[in-house]
Amino acid sequence: MAKASAGILFKFSRIDRRYIYLIILICVIVPLVAGVRMEMSVTAPVEGLYEAIDNLKPGSYVWLAADYDPGSMPELYPMNVALVEHLFSRDIKIICGALWPPGPPLAQRVFNELAPKYGKRYGIDYVNLGFKEGREAVMVSIAEDMKATFPRDFFGTPWDSIPMLQAISNLGDVKMIVCVSAGYPGIKEWVQQIATRYRISIGGGVTAVSGPEMYPYIQSGQLVGLLAGMKGAAEYEQMVGKPGLGLSGMVAQSYVHIMVVVFIAFANLVFFLEKRSKR
Amino acid sequence: MRGARLAILIILLGLAGAGFQAGLVSKAGLGTWVAALLTLAIFSFLYRDNPVYKLAEHIFIGIAAGYFVALEYWNVFLPNLWKPLVAGLEHIEYSPLPHFPNMILLIPFALGILLFTRFFPRVAWLSRWSMAAMIGSYSGLAIIGALQGDLVAQIRANMVPLYSREALTAFGNDGTESLLFGLLELLRNPLIIVGLLTTLIYFFFSREHKGGLGVAAKIGIWFLMISFGASFGYTVMSRVSLLIGRLHFLLSDWLGIVR
Amino acid sequence: MKNEVPVVVAFFTGMLMVVSLFIPHPVVSTPASVVRQWAIIITAFAYVLGVANIARISLHNVKRRQRDWQYKAALVFALATMATIGIALGIESGGVFDWIYLNMYVPMQATMFSLLAFYIASAAYRAFRARSPEATFLLVTAAIVMLGRVPIGEKIWSGFPGLTEWIMEVPNMAAKRGIMIGAALGAISTGLKMILGLERSYLGGD
Repeated sequence: MAKASAGILFKFSRIDRRYIYLIILICVIVPLVAGVRMEMSVTAPVEGLYEAIDNLKPGSYVWLAADYDPGSMPELYPMNVALVEHLFSRDIKIICGALWPPGPPLAQRVFNELAPKYGKRYGIDYVNLGFKEGREAVMVSIAEDMKATFPRDFFGTPWDSIPMLQAISNLGDVKMIVCVSAGYPGIKEWVQQIATRYRISIGGGVTAVSGPEMYPYIQSGQLVGLLAGMKGAAEYEQMVGKPGLGLSGMVAQSYVHIMVVVFIAFANLVFFLEKRSKR
Repeated sequence: MRGARLAILIILLGLAGAGFQAGLVSKAGLGTWVAALLTLAIFSFLYRDNPVYKLAEHIFIGIAAGYFVALEYWNVFLPNLWKPLVAGLEHIEYSPLPHFPNMILLIPFALGILLFTRFFPRVAWLSRWSMAAMIGSYSGLAIIGALQGDLVAQIRANMVPLYSREALTAFGNDGTESLLFGLLELLRNPLIIVGLLTTLIYFFFSREHKGGLGVAAKIGIWFLMISFGASFGYTVMSRVSLLIGRLHFLLSDWLGIVR
Repeated sequence: MKNEVPVVVAFFTGMLMVVSLFIPHPVVSTPASVVRQWAIIITAFAYVLGVANIARISLHNVKRRQRDWQYKAALVFALATMATIGIALGIESGGVFDWIYLNMYVPMQATMFSLLAFYIASAAYRAFRARSPEATFLLVTAAIVMLGRVPIGEKIWSGFPGLTEWIMEVPNMAAKRGIMIGAALGAISTGLKMILGLERSYLGGD
């Protein structure tokens, strides 16, 4: 009897991977269709970023770095939305720039969606300077002379024709760098090149993959706050009070995580049973 | 095995069918339809590698490469090089001798062009000049970034007191859960110090890990393993979110099933 | 000319970047900012070079009718179309270029990355075994973090988020800091080798 059940367990442990795909697919689709939402506690790094932005004076400038691409959009786009919601609602002026070529149209999509809602005008309340090649060289360049690095915005409008930029000469005129970062070049390089050298506070969001390696920067105070992955976006959405993809994805996320933990536990149970039976 | 393949195929076909049904009533525009079909084309790889997936994959690479070229042209070549270079021409009618204030930009222009000598083996060595300019500047920037951003700041940040008074006073509140967290808080600073030191010992001492060094290196490995576990958990989280995002797009933007 | 000039160029550009951190005087900072502007421009050309290379290899493949040449033809067609539309019609929001980007580029790339969800789940099932104490540490941490980072974990045990945050802030942070310091030392030594011409692999052969 015991042998038979162990045999079944061993068989299960070697099922085709596509069955696993199927289970994962169901774990995502069912909660999404059911449309359930769950409240959650907010972690300290998320709170840190929220407070840092909340403490900025209305009318001050931030540099919004759209350093991401569609490959990590479900994690970072909701962050971009929630952050712009917060910045617009606090009447903070946004200078957006990107070190990743696919970044600017994604940020622009967020602006197109939210600017009318808050009555914000292009060139006065926010501007999209577009993409610039050159990674760290761009970071240090805008810290010293922003106009020389971005003589025109994303759409080709000259710097001098954009009213809000006339008060800006370099990153020193910006109160904070808010980076939505998918990898290199991104928030790590902003910290390395800018945080200490030019003493500008930096915060932002990263994909969950790079979340754990950001913790040293949080502890050292080089990052004022951090959103990691879709969970970070969901927490921020909750704080701003604007539920979006982050919050609606969290139940599906929960189901899959539990499923993966069950997979691991089951596979290890079989592993131990097998090891014992071999002895 | 065949059953699972079939089930995935049925789900994909079911989604496509539902989309067709919903398309008759939903307001999904042409763009959403194109996006949805391309999404399904890529998902078809889960069934197995197939011509539809391959075609989508190659079109993607083509579009991405074309996109990069256009962005480099509009966002870098024109504003940072071409327009400043030809700025002098605008005033040509005022002065018989055109005045070019940014002539120095001809140097990076030339270096940029020289990169393309790579396509011609006999003169390919010329591209090394441009490579050297890039590698030199990025190496310099990387050095200062690693030095001031990571090395100095991180070592300084690890100078924490061995215990914090707050943690000590907070410790001992009633309830098992707060007892656990009180203990964890108490251990925070000592573990941060021990964790960093042992990790560094594991990395930097290349001689045989024996005796005291061996114990320290072993503890360092434990810390590393915990951090890899955390990274693995976060990586699962990341990948799952990406899937949620795509399925959410299909179910809401395209099919209109999810609000 | 072939080897000396690049080494000298790398030395000057690199040293300029490093020295400008320590001497914020215009004598250094002005040429440093000029060099950074040059780096921006040259890197843009390097990107285009990469794209040209993809096109060249694909075209070669098509001409020789090698395996899968039809797909390479589609690639070249997509590349040429996207680049031409972008350069000729512009990249403004709401234009054709933007449309292709949002409705073709975005969904395809996002979906490709989302496939990884399936692979990582199946890898967790097949390869994640507690074979040693170290592997057990890894496994248990991963499980706690996965439960502690989702709202359902909070419902199972209210301590999960707190425990997860502690793991992230203490043992994870300490180990990641160790890795970071090691990597920083590595980056500094590699950078110095490049600038000083001790490492010349970027020059390629002959």
